[in-house]
Amino acid sequence: MKHLLSVTDLDAAEATALLDTADRLKQALLGREVRKLPTLRGRTVITMFYEDSTRTRVSFEIAGKWMSADTINVSARGSSVSKGESLRDTSLTLSSMGADCVVVRHPASGAAHRIAAWTDRDRAVTGIHTSIVNAGDGTHEHPTQALLDAATLRERLGGIAGRRVGIVGDVLHSRVARSNVFLLATLGAEVVLIAPPTLLPVGVEEWPCRVSAELDAELPALDAVMMLRVQAERMHGAFFPSSREYAIRYGLSPERAALLPDHAIVMHPGPMIRGMEIAPSVADAPSSAILGQVRNGVHVRMAVLYHLLAGASS
Amino acid sequence: MSLVIRNARPYGEEPVDLLVEDGVITEIGAGLAGPEGAEVLDGAGQVLLPGFVDLHTHLREPGGEESETIATGSAAAALGGYTAVFAMPNTDPVADSEVVVEHVRRRGEEVGLVDVHPVGAVTVGLEGQKMAELGTMANSRAQVRMFSDDGRCVHDPVIMRRALEYASALDVVIAQHAEDHRLTVGAQAHEGVVASRLGLTGWPATAEETIVARDCALAREAGAALHICHVSSARTIDVLRLAKEQGVRVTAEVTPHHLLLTDARLTSYDPVNKVNPPLRTAADTEAMRTALAEGLIDVVATDHAPHAAQYKDTEWAAARPGMLGLQTALSVVVHTMVEPGLLDWRGVARVMSERPAEIGNLPDHGRPIAVGEPANLTLVDPDGVWTVRGENLASKASNTPYEGMRLPATVTATILRGRITARNGEVA
Repeated sequence: MKHLLSVTDLDAAEATALLDTADRLKQALLGREVRKLPTLRGRTVITMFYEDSTRTRVSFEIAGKWMSADTINVSARGSSVSKGESLRDTSLTLSSMGADCVVVRHPASGAAHRIAAWTDRDRAVTGIHTSIVNAGDGTHEHPTQALLDAATLRERLGGIAGRRVGIVGDVLHSRVARSNVFLLATLGAEVVLIAPPTLLPVGVEEWPCRVSAELDAELPALDAVMMLRVQAERMHGAFFPSSREYAIRYGLSPERAALLPDHAIVMHPGPMIRGMEIAPSVADAPSSAILGQVRNGVHVRMAVLYHLLAGASS
Repeated sequence: MSLVIRNARPYGEEPVDLLVEDGVITEIGAGLAGPEGAEVLDGAGQVLLPGFVDLHTHLREPGGEESETIATGSAAAALGGYTAVFAMPNTDPVADSEVVVEHVRRRGEEVGLVDVHPVGAVTVGLEGQKMAELGTMANSRAQVRMFSDDGRCVHDPVIMRRALEYASALDVVIAQHAEDHRLTVGAQAHEGVVASRLGLTGWPATAEETIVARDCALAREAGAALHICHVSSARTIDVLRLAKEQGVRVTAEVTPHHLLLTDARLTSYDPVNKVNPPLRTAADTEAMRTALAEGLIDVVATDHAPHAAQYKDTEWAAARPGMLGLQTALSVVVHTMVEPGLLDWRGVARVMSERPAEIGNLPDHGRPIAVGEPANLTLVDPDGVWTVRGENLASKASNTPYEGMRLPATVTATILRGRITARNGEVA
C-alpha cells in the first residue's frame, strides 16, 4: 500500500488485513500502563487539515504517538495557506521536509489524489517517498472512517459478510456514506441507503447497494443502522422542508429504534446533532456503538500508518 | 504577390492547380505555370479546404496575458488552419464598449496571422443587468457581428428578450452560453454516475436544455438570430430539432472536446478535464456527432480556453474551467466525424468554415474554392498523424486534454488572403 486515497484502493484481503492489524494493535495495548509501541520510531507523520476536525485529527495524532512516530499538525489557519499558498506548494513543501506520511483533510473532492500525484511526480526527482492518507476530501471519501466502521461492525456483530447495514440521511453530501458503501460491499455486507430522493446522488442505482425512502420499513431487518449528520446549511438548498419534518421522517427516535432487532447496533460517524437525526437516549443506549467507533478509530489509523510506513502487507 | 498551389484536392476531390494573385483565386486548372517568382506550395496528396472560422475563442487579451495573448492565440489559430476567429469578450476589461472591441480588432490586425473578430458583451461587464451598447460596437471599426456573455448565461429572460429584439435590427447574432446558474450552483462536473462517485457537485443537463428552450421561444417572437454556444447534452438536440422545424433562426455549435471526451476521464481528478459545460457521457458525444452530421448542430467551434498552469494545476474545485482547442480541432473532427464516415471533406468545410462564416456574417470567409473568390484556404494532410504535446503548442498555456494522444490529419498550410500564415507546423 503506497497511499490510502479511496476505499477502492483496497480489495477484501487488504481491507481485512488492515482490520486484523488493528485488532492486534488493540490487543497489544490492552491493559498496558504505557501505551507506546516503538513501531514507527523515527517516522514523521504530518496532519494537514483544511477543515475543522476534532476527532479525526486527534485520532490520527494519537495513533501516530502510540506508535512512537513524530506527529506534527498543520492547519490551514495560521500557516502559509492563509497567505495564499497553493495546495501543491504546501504539500510539496511538507513532503520535501521529509514527511513519511501526510494525512490530509480538504474541502475539495479529490484533493488527496492530487497531492499524491504531485508528490509522486516529485519523488521521481528527489527520491523522497511520502504516503498520502485521505482523511476526508469534500464529498468524496473518508476511507479511515469506513475502516473503523467496519472494525466496529466486525467487533459487535461477529462479522461483516452477509450483514445488512442501513445508512440513513444525507448520502448526497456524505463522504462517509460513499466510503462505507464501497468498503462494506467489498467485505460482503448488504448496504441499504435510506434517504429522501433529494439527498441521494444521481446514479446511485449503479452503486453496490439498495435504496429506500422508508426508514420504518427497513429497520426490522437491519443488523446495524448508521445515522449520518444533517448539516444545517443543507436547509437552504431545499433538500427537505424543515428540520422538524426531517426529524419526524428520518430521525432515530426511541420508538423507531425499538423496531430494530435486539442484536442490532446504532452507529454515527459524529459529530451528532442530538434531537435531529438521533435522539439522545438512542445515542446513549447499550445498542449504541458510537463511542466504540471512536475507540476503534485510533487502532484502525494505527494499522493504516503501520501498513504504509512499516511496509507490512499482512 | 502570387502563389501557386499544385496538385491539391479541393474538398478531397480531383487534384488541381490554383493560382492566387493579390489575395484572390484567379485560376484553377491543370499544369498552371504561374508568373515568374510566384511562391509554390506542393499540395500533392493533400486536401484543400476553405480556411477555418472559429466562432468561439478566448484570446485572453487584454487582462489575461499570463494565459494567452492575441499574438500567441493567433499563432495557434493559424497553425490549426484557421483564417478567422471570434474572440470572446470575457477579458479584463470586458469587451463591452467600442474602445475594447476596437483594441482587440487592431491588435489582431497588427499580428496579422488570422482575422480576429471581437465578440461584444451582451450586457455591461457581463453582469446580466444592463444591455451593453450593441449598436455602437456593431458600427465601430471593429464591426462586431456577434454578441455574447460567454462564460455566463444571459439569465434574466427580460434582458435576453430585449437583447434579441434589439439585435434583430442590427443584423447581428446573440450567442448564448446556455446554463441556468440556479441549477448549477457549485457545479464541478456532469451530473451523473461518475460525478456522484467522485463527490463532485453535478451540472445537470437540464440546466442547458431549459435555457435553450426558453431562448428559442424568445428568438421566435423577436424574429432574431440566436446562436447556442457549446451544446453538450443529447436532449438539447431534441429542443434544437423542434425549434428548427418551427423556423426559429437558431444555430448551434459543438466543441471538439464534446465530440470526443467523456466524464469517464474525471477519475484522476486532473483539472485539465474541467470545462464548462462539462464533459458528459458517451451517449452525449454520440448524439453530438449525429447531430453535427445531420446539421442540427451547425458548426464546430473550439471554445479554446487557455489557462496558465497556476489556474489549472490545482485541486479540482479551485481549477478554472476550459481547455485548449485551436490546434487540435481539425484532428478531433477527422477522428470523430471523418474516419467513421459521418462527414466527408465537403462536410468538414461546411462545419468548420462555411456555416461559421455565415453565422458570424463574414463575407470573405467560408467561400467556395473558385475563381474570383478570396484566397482564405487551408491545406490538410489527411494521412498525417501527430502526437499532441501541450508544451509544443503555440498557445502560452498548455492545458490540452489531448496530451500524448495520437491524432489523425495535420494542417500543412494556412493561407489568409493569399499570404501563407502557417506552413508545416511553423508560423510563417
